[in-house]
Amino acid sequence: MARAATNRRKLVLTLLAWTVGIAMFFPILWTALTSFKTEAEAIASPPSFLAFHWTLENYAEVQARSDYFLHFMNSVVISLGSTLAGLLVAVPAAWSMAFVPGRRTRDVLMWMLSTKMLPPVGVLIPIYLLFRDSGLLDSRIGLIIVLTLINLPIIVWMLFTYFREIPGEILEAARMDGAGLREEILFVLLPMAVPGIASTLLLNVILAWNEAFWTLNLSASQSAPLTAFIASYSSPEGLFYAKLSAASTMAVAPILILGWFSQKQLVRGLTFGAVK
Amino acid sequence: MATAHSRAAARLTMAPAVVLLLGWMLIPLAMTLYFSFLRYNLLMPGTEEWIGTLNYQYFLTDPAFFTALGNTLALVGGVLALTVCGGIGLALLLDQPFWGRGIVRLLVIAPFFVMPTVSALVWKNMLMNPVNGLFAAVARGLGLQPFDFLSEAPLSSIVLIVTWQWLPFATLILLTALQSLDRERLEAAEMDGAGAVDRFVHIILPHLARAMTVVTLIQTIFLLSVFAEILVTTNGGPGNATTNITYLVYSLSLLQFDVGGGSAGGIVAVVLANIVAVFLMRMIGRNLDL
Repeated sequence: MARAATNRRKLVLTLLAWTVGIAMFFPILWTALTSFKTEAEAIASPPSFLAFHWTLENYAEVQARSDYFLHFMNSVVISLGSTLAGLLVAVPAAWSMAFVPGRRTRDVLMWMLSTKMLPPVGVLIPIYLLFRDSGLLDSRIGLIIVLTLINLPIIVWMLFTYFREIPGEILEAARMDGAGLREEILFVLLPMAVPGIASTLLLNVILAWNEAFWTLNLSASQSAPLTAFIASYSSPEGLFYAKLSAASTMAVAPILILGWFSQKQLVRGLTFGAVK
Repeated sequence: MATAHSRAAARLTMAPAVVLLLGWMLIPLAMTLYFSFLRYNLLMPGTEEWIGTLNYQYFLTDPAFFTALGNTLALVGGVLALTVCGGIGLALLLDQPFWGRGIVRLLVIAPFFVMPTVSALVWKNMLMNPVNGLFAAVARGLGLQPFDFLSEAPLSSIVLIVTWQWLPFATLILLTALQSLDRERLEAAEMDGAGAVDRFVHIILPHLARAMTVVTLIQTIFLLSVFAEILVTTNGGPGNATTNITYLVYSLSLLQFDVGGGSAGGIVAVVLANIVAVFLMRMIGRNLDL
């Protein structure tokens, strides 16, 4: 009896949860399906879900017409580049905060976090003018610099919370054995912190990949990553639903898969350790 | 423990990060502040002159500012209400035992990883378009008149799109918090005859209070700066109907080339964001046990 009731309850919950899950995922699913339709089928009414003529021509078309691969590589270079540059600066800083905390460590951490709260429009004009005058507008290197700086506080903060879980005695022992600062960080700390560093890398690549204020304002045809490239579909080209869908699917798929692996890190990284 | 030697090393290793962030914060912000006191238009180079607080007077008395402020509050408030309430509901649901939990969880959090320009364009064209969109097809199928979302209810439509993007975040944080709830307390309350509503109000909600605050504050920071979604769907229109502060400053500076006015608007945006930031920093500071 009780068993049957539990099972019925579980069945109802399963149906409900799957309905909600599919509803949330539906816009993504619909985009992926539309990317395999012809333009005519993409706007057919009533729309067909699966019974249409499947084709890959939109993908070929998007690449041929607008050099999709260039923008994809821009996204890869900018998101990876800014994250690696951020790690290079953040690892030493997080090391000192976690293992040699001083009276002001806490204030420095909080201050770094506060820079993250600066609204981008507050500094849009100076950055735009500085970039214009130094030739950094529409360059990958310019976007790498800006994204490194806006994500640096999150990188430092995440590394700090991971480093703090590593016992300081191990580092001290290495120091006693005559390891210099560089050896201590490179050969003792980093190997132990690999999972934390990987998490930090993953979350920040995702954040940089999807960043859509600076990439839209500071890039044009040459350095535009996918965020800015897709925005160009807001003009009448957006009426080509199948091509919009193909471009969108390719832009979202890789990061969605990475994102699914980083659920836990997301909570930790974006709440700055306030929720675990 | 910490020797003088390691103290020096600490300062040295900290320096690059501190210097970079200090430069990033101070130099552009000081420039914005300076520009905000100038008559400075990119279309009229060489005519810059000091005009005191005139830019602020113009910006703060411009009807567009009040519209934008109202839109910003409506956007932030609307999305917060929907994501926090929806997030609690979803977190409670996903915490229950059912078949395929892992997969449903992946489906629910997926929208968070979709870049803002993609989600805005997909909603605008493929779902909300009054002629070719899926919602219009469904409406016609039911014998109803298709609704032109972005013309008839532009701000609500953007609230809907942004809610879809942020609901996964709220759900994930609240679910994480929910899973740290002591199950024995719930069971004990049930034994004592507390109903589902009582358990929710007196045990679950208080337990989630902190996570709810964190979700609210972090989302507010991001929601104050919503930009791409507006740029690719409505361009702030029709009229000023979907212009928020961020978009207003962008359009003053980079569409009308009014550097002075845009800078004054930027400083106003910084002040508004700081009011929220102070609360968030206190919250995180309290939880940071150093």
